[in-house]
Amino acid sequence: TEEDQELERKISGLKTSMTEGERKTAWKWSRQLEQIDTEYHTLGNSLHYMIMKNPEVEFCGYTMTHPSDSKINLRIQTGGTLPAVEPFQRGLNELMNVCKHVLDRFEASIKDYKDQKASRNESTF
Amino acid sequence: MAASQAVEEMRGRVVLGEFGVRNVHTTDFPGNYSGYDDAWDQDRFEKNFRVDVVHMDENSLEFDMVGIDAAIANAFRRILLAEVPTMAVEKVLVYNNTSIVQDEILAHRLGLIPIHADPRLFEYRNQGDEDGTEIDTLRFRLQVRCTRNPHAAKDSSDPNELYVNHKVYTRHMTWIPLGNQADLFPEGTIRPVHDDILIAQLRPGQEIDLLMHCVKGIGKDHAKFSPVATASYRLLPDITLLEPVEGEAAEELSRCFSPGVIEVQEVQGKKVARVANPRLDTFSREIFRHEKLKKVVRLARVRDHYICEFSWSGAVAHTCQGGWIT
Repeated sequence: TEEDQELERKISGLKTSMTEGERKTAWKWSRQLEQIDTEYHTLGNSLHYMIMKNPEVEFCGYTMTHPSDSKINLRIQTGGTLPAVEPFQRGLNELMNVCKHVLDRFEASIKDYKDQKASRNESTF
Repeated sequence: MAASQAVEEMRGRVVLGEFGVRNVHTTDFPGNYSGYDDAWDQDRFEKNFRVDVVHMDENSLEFDMVGIDAAIANAFRRILLAEVPTMAVEKVLVYNNTSIVQDEILAHRLGLIPIHADPRLFEYRNQGDEDGTEIDTLRFRLQVRCTRNPHAAKDSSDPNELYVNHKVYTRHMTWIPLGNQADLFPEGTIRPVHDDILIAQLRPGQEIDLLMHCVKGIGKDHAKFSPVATASYRLLPDITLLEPVEGEAAEELSRCFSPGVIEVQEVQGKKVARVANPRLDTFSREIFRHEKLKKVVRLARVRDHYICEFSWSGAVAHTCQGGWIT
């Protein structure tokens, strides 16, 4: 049937995208399931966003093992091009850079506001 | 042209329709839209990102964050609520409590009192450490005894006249410095934030005499340690008029939104409606109850513009907010 043919075509497409010998190992290291013992959506969702922004990543998702446990399962899958640990590390670094930048801008903006307020108070004299 | 406008709307706006909300999720990931480079680029982010403080005073802060995604803005909000440390009363040693407020209720109330102390200058108490040292503990004493007022009028029924010290306020709490704390913290800097919080009420003969230990903690452990009263954000509203609205309809339109959002101006003798300040709108969706007007307006929110409003109990100074990132 047409669907069967479509499915076969897809599977064969996958097969040819990886060399025969490397298939098993490639499969393993391009997928990673990481269990992180930390807080939940605070880290999980923001890290997931940073990893998804990486064009090499095919799939990224996180779940909580149980709402009472503070553990998340983070799964990353690259298309066989990179070991999956790499986008994970890159995502963490990028998240740190984002936070640093937000902090800098925030502090600068607070300082501006305080200066503006001070000069406004002086001008009323 | 129309197609790219639709794509821009999908990427950048959360649209509030009559029966549902569209485009809620972030979709600008690499590969979703052809012709767009959505891969993460720190420089592009830094160029587009902006923080504008709108209002700041002792009790609240309102600022705008533009160019950031929901996941990260929400992470900040969660951290502010649950993981920024403050000092709060943890242990209450009751020497005498003859008031009608039970020991545990009194201790619970004391725990919720915001304490004016910079938590960055203290360490967390080690687990299992009962007494605490000067580096991780603050001590307060509360000692109040209620007596009858001998100078009250004979037939008075006002408790303020009849009794002395019948209301126990936070100003009755005195700080007992431990170790070298008296040198580190000048007089008056370590105190409850507000001195007029009513802790308990007494009648003659009743006494409260207790010692409190304050430790450093985070909101995840107990809500008393949360430095913010509320930490919320909303997206910037974006109201577009799809056609010009004139005359009576303009007046009706301006009544459908919060005051100040729609302005009716006189142009060449006709009343014309104009969107003046969409930021003020609270999106009551009143517009959808008017058959003719609902087709004329598009209600949306700008997906990456967050108006954050935080108000706190005063326990932590504004500059401490810097600690939240790490």
